[in-house]
This record gives sequence, C-alpha cells and structure tokens, in this order.
Amino acid sequence: MKAFAQLLDALSFQHGRNGKIALLRRYIEATPDPDRGWALAALTGDLSLRQAKPALVRGLVMERVDEVLFKLSYDYVGDLAETVALIWPEQPGANRIPSVSELIETVEQAGKTELPGILSAWFDAMTATERWATIKLITGALRIGVSARLAKTALAQHAGIETDAVEEVWHAVEAPYGDLLAWLDGKGPRPDPSHSAAFRPVMLAHPLNEADLEDYDPREFRAEWKWDGIRVQIVGESGKLRLYTRTGDEIGAAFPDLIEGLELDATLDGELLVMRDHVVAPFADLQKRLNRKTVSAKMMTSHPVHVRLYDILIRSGQDLRALPFDQRRRELETWFKAHSPAAMDLSDLVPFATWEDLATHRSTNLTTGVEGLMLKRGDSAYLPGRPKGPWFKWKRDPQLIDAVLMYAQRGHGKRSSFYSDFTFGVWRDGEIVPVGKAYFGFTDEELQQLDKWVRNNSTERFGPVRAVKQELVLEVAFEGLQRSPRHKSGVAMRFPRISRIRWDKPAAEADVIETLEAMLP
Amino acid sequence: MRDRYGERAGNVLEESRYGQPVTIGDVTVTLRPAGHVLGSAQAVLEHRGERIVVSGDYKRRRDPTCAPFEPVACDVFITEATFALPVFRHPDDAAEMQRLLSVRDTFPDRALLIGAYSLGKAQRIICLLREAGHDRPIYIHGALEAINATYRSFGVDLGELRAVMEIPKAQMAGEIVVAPPSTLNDRWSRRLPDPVTCFASGWMGVRARARQRGVEVPLVISDHADWDELNRTLDEVAAPHVWVTHGAEEALIHAAKQRGFNARALSLVGYDEDAE
Repeated sequence: MKAFAQLLDALSFQHGRNGKIALLRRYIEATPDPDRGWALAALTGDLSLRQAKPALVRGLVMERVDEVLFKLSYDYVGDLAETVALIWPEQPGANRIPSVSELIETVEQAGKTELPGILSAWFDAMTATERWATIKLITGALRIGVSARLAKTALAQHAGIETDAVEEVWHAVEAPYGDLLAWLDGKGPRPDPSHSAAFRPVMLAHPLNEADLEDYDPREFRAEWKWDGIRVQIVGESGKLRLYTRTGDEIGAAFPDLIEGLELDATLDGELLVMRDHVVAPFADLQKRLNRKTVSAKMMTSHPVHVRLYDILIRSGQDLRALPFDQRRRELETWFKAHSPAAMDLSDLVPFATWEDLATHRSTNLTTGVEGLMLKRGDSAYLPGRPKGPWFKWKRDPQLIDAVLMYAQRGHGKRSSFYSDFTFGVWRDGEIVPVGKAYFGFTDEELQQLDKWVRNNSTERFGPVRAVKQELVLEVAFEGLQRSPRHKSGVAMRFPRISRIRWDKPAAEADVIETLEAMLP
Repeated sequence: MRDRYGERAGNVLEESRYGQPVTIGDVTVTLRPAGHVLGSAQAVLEHRGERIVVSGDYKRRRDPTCAPFEPVACDVFITEATFALPVFRHPDDAAEMQRLLSVRDTFPDRALLIGAYSLGKAQRIICLLREAGHDRPIYIHGALEAINATYRSFGVDLGELRAVMEIPKAQMAGEIVVAPPSTLNDRWSRRLPDPVTCFASGWMGVRARARQRGVEVPLVISDHADWDELNRTLDEVAAPHVWVTHGAEEALIHAAKQRGFNARALSLVGYDEDAE
C-alpha cells in the first residue's frame, strides 16, 4: 500500500500527461504482482470497492478525536477523507500495513461488523498519505485524473508497443492481469482476444486541409455526414455483448435500451446519438446519458439512444478489417438488411461528383447533429489509430465572435509560469459579461505575448487569477452554443478556442450578447 | 538581521548571545534558542521572581543548521500557533527528502525546482539533501546568496553551491535548484528545462494549499512546531498561564484548557497567518 499511496499522491498533483505516464510506468516497473495488477484495476475503473461510506470513516475518527478539534480541522481542510487521514492519531508499530492486494481482498471479504475494526487497525499503522489513499480506494472515489486509456498508454510504453496493441487484448484479461503483465514484461505469450468480445481499436481521421483537395480524385473517395454524438463500437462474440467508447471504455451498463435482447455476432462501428422520431437531438441531450453507471427508465424514455452505423469490422468471426472500405460497406448493408436491429440505422453515403458539389452539401446541410463531412477512400482498410491519408474529417466552419479578455489564470505543468487560461466576455447593457473560457488555439509565441499583456494590464489579483483591463479583443472560435442557466450570460460554448488576437480592434467594437443569442439552435 | 531586513533591521543593533542576561529597566532578558532558524531565540523575561517566556517562532525537531529549542520553565508562556490544528503533523524530514530524490529519478530530463524561504528553510533543505546523500552541486537563486554566506560564516556546511545563471538550460536536467517560493510560477523558472515544481512548507500537508500553488511535489518541511510539538512544549514548559498568538489560536487554547492550562489568545498587531 505504501507504493500505491505514493503513486496516487504524486498523480493527484501531476497535471501533465507525460508526467502521469512516467509515474505510472515507474510504479508498474517497480511493483510485484499481484499488487501492480490490482492497482491498475483500481486506476482503470475495473475494480470499484464501495464497501465503505464516508460516514463510516467519519464515525471511526470521532471515536478517537475531540469533537471541537475535529470540527475546526474539517473547516480548515474542507475535505472529509483528507481531514480524517491527517487527524488520525497514529500508533506507529501497532500493526502491519497491508499490501494493495491484501487490502482489497480483506475489504471485499469483510463483513459489515468487522470492517470498522480492520480499518482502524490499519489506520493506526499508516501514514497520512496511506490513510488518504486507503479511504479513496474503499469509498470508490479515486478521482485523480487518470483515464483507463492513460494507464494503458503507460503499460504500452513499458513494453515498447502501441497503446492499441494493449487495447486489443485488454478485454480478454481480468484483474489482476497476471497474463497481460507477463506478456508486457516479455515473459509470457500474448493473451488471446478472440471469443471475448474484445474492443478493436477504432480508426480515426485527420482534419482535411482544404488546399489539398485539388490533389485528390473525388472518384476515389466516399462521403458521409459526420454526426455529433460519441463514437462507439458494439461487439457481439460467443454470446457476449459489449458496448465500447472509442477509447475502449465499456459503457454497456448505462445503455440497456440499446443492447438488451440484441443478438449480434459482429463488431460494428457507429455513432451513439439521442434520436426522437428519426431526428437527431443536440449533443447536450446525449450528454445527459453519458458518464453514468446506470440509467433510469424515465431517462431511457425521454432520451432514447440510437446508433448510426459507419462500418463493420468483424462478421461471424471473420475479420473484415483488411478489406477495402467499399467492400466493408457492402458487407455492412447486407448485414443490416438481414438483421435491421431496432435502435440502429445506416449512415448515408452522400453522393457527389466534384469537390464543389461536396462543398455545397457541407455548407447547406444545417441539420442539427451534423458536424460536417467524413471523407473515406473507397480502397481504405480499417486501420487502428489515426493513419495519415485514408480518412479525413471536413468539419463545418466554426462559429466566430469577437470577445473581450476579462480574466487570465495561470496554467499547469509546463505552463505554470504563464497566464494561459483566458476568460472572455461580450457586451450586455454597457458591461462585459463572461461567456466562456479558452486555454488553447494560440501559438507558443502568441502565448508569450498574451502572458506579457496580462502582466502589464492587471487590475486585480485573486490567487492564480488576474483581472485585466477590459481592452484586449480575442476572436474566439467554437462549435455551437447551448443555453446554460449556470453561466451568468445564459449561454455556454462548445470547444471554445482563441483563433486570433485582435490587437487592432478596440474593445467597444467587440460583439454583444444578442449576437450570441441569435446563434442558439 | 541586516542580511534579512537590510535598512529595516533597525538603527542600533546590539549583539546578544544565548544565555547572556541583559537588563532593561528592572526586567532581565535572556535569549534561549528557539530552533526555528539560525540565531532564532525565545525571550525569557524575568521581573521580581516572575518569569514570562516569549517563544517566537520555534520548532522541536532536529535541524542541522541551528541550535535546538530549550524549554524554560515559566509562569507565563507565550507560544506561536502557526500550525495549531491536529491535521498538522509534519512527517519525518528524511522521508520527505527520499520522496524528493525518487521524483528526480522518475523525471531524469527535468530539473527539480524547490521553493524554500530564503532565510533558514533554504539552508536546511540544502543540509537535508546532503544528509540524504545528494552530493552533486546544488543550484541556487541569487536571492539566497547573502544568507547562505551568513550561514557558512557560522560554520554551517552547505556543500558546493552554484548560481543557476552560469549554466546552459540543457545541462540542468536532473539537477536540483533551490529558490525563493515566489519564483516557482514566475518567469524566472523558464530558464530551467520543464522544472518539477516543489515547495517546502508546513502548509503543503494540506492538498488544497499545494494545489492552490500549482505545486507538483509538496514537501512538508516546516520551521514551525506542528500540533504534537506545540502540545509537548506546553507540557514541558509547564507554565500555568499560556498565551497563544500568531496562528490558529482557538484549537490550541481548547486543547490546553482540557489539560488544565489557563490559556487565552493574545493578539499581536501586524502578523499574518500565512507568513511562515
């Protein structure tokens, strides 16, 4: 538990992706089985111990600590798990600290009445950091900013292979992953992913550089609408059925309306959307169904989901990924005609003869949920990752507004010496109201300029945030607006980024809130 | 005092040694080590058989750079209370240093930038690094030079120190730099290769504090007594009256009263709880 507690602690302060990967790698390389496997399961969400409620932990500490002192401490620290971890009166040498696997096993097997005594004995022997990590683990609230994908990337780097190669076998193995880790250490065979309804790494597209279009022959490409949902993979294999996100996270439990009763012996690629009467709802509706462990019957009725199919990867055990797109498309159509599952349809191919045709389609289709177009070469095999050349996404042009910089906040990690998070606003009744926050879109050189401008034009400081003179105009690009009661301005932007710094433009000429309101769907 | 405060140190400075009584009016003042930083002292005030001890800032754990705190029995003990909450239990210094060195091994391409107050903390960190086996040169910010020199003149061995200015950025990978805390997020830090920001302070024991500072490696190393040290000191000094100042008075007064001390808060003008 010592090493795992140190890992969680270090991860919780590490903002950079590479920094997190380095910490994870070091842990994987220095920790024996099965501890590292269980730790990995906890980090990737494959293991979720919810044996203890925060109230139990609180009760334990109140038996040992003066009430007034606890209250003063909790008021100061503000977080229950952390207050308990810090305030617990240690009795060094009292007990032995369990290993991660011992801890998990003991907690899983402990009866309700035994657990408090077991925890107290451990807490007596642990350091504050170890108690903090233990409380996080047993209450099922790790929240330290490590995605399953990131953990798999660390594993892949350890073995010197691509993350997708780890992804490919991930769902064929189970915690504590002895066989997987042996393979990654170069000491065992590759786990066999067939018959396990494993995730197959998805194929992604590069953004289209419009200037390159004239070099391409339109006859070699197929076009489809790019839908604004989330990319999913549905896998049916040997009686197992699984729904994955594009990063391989399994989300089937939250979508019983989609997969229950579905009989499938194929691996399909598509877009998960909320649809009502064959009409795609805005992304905000889908968002209500994401990041949930379960779903209510009411939500399934009010926000019905649907998958629009793009591709077929495996049919009846036969891997189709090496076939050209056109052939896979015919396979997909044949499969669909034979099965026509209720909550699925086919993504339409958009007919076109010239690039001008397609450009017209792109600019005139204003259907909600259409983000732009996908271009796929008819002869393209289905390759994992983002290969350069076969597929392109041609998004609609972003919407733009001119906003005024209001606040700047210091970034994290590499950017911690720069003011790099910018809050901007537009005019409403003679004052600027905040409409969004952006922390990318600018070049490194522009960041230096912005940082300098912020430092020279600050009016107030609140910790890491500076208020600035409302004088600098930023051109902000974004992908659509939604109404938001949580924002003072009443609107929220999707993917806002700074597309240009308008050093030339006076703040008085920035946009007004009415302009934004007119852009609402 | 001159090194730290320059002109603000006062017009007339009188040197005084630990244990040497000085009489001011009918009060005898004796200075005793406080263990806070080099030269820090408690003031023992004696008047007609009654003794008041003003602790000033103090700590009780070992510090290779200064003389240890000497408990003095007294009638009234005026104690600081910077970390007077039971959530502040500073861990072992050596363990914190080992954690720091393991961070260096995890990120061999990055420099380690440790923010440490320039009087006392910086020198203690340097000594602790030496004790932990780090014998490479330690790089320092210019603002530390004067006080480092003072410490050396009192016989504190800091090992080889170099100015950061002298070294090309690329060569700083894997090196340890000690600088005042204000430089952590400042433009100054850009001269280092993607530095890992570390901050040595008792406040780093609380996550929110470390996060607020944007610190990657919080080091809980303090020159102030933690909760256990404060309470232990009250017991050792055994003054019937305890006046608590400079920090979180309420909790310490509560704990002291429970143990039979006559404790109350003493407000001093011009002190700020965060000025560790």
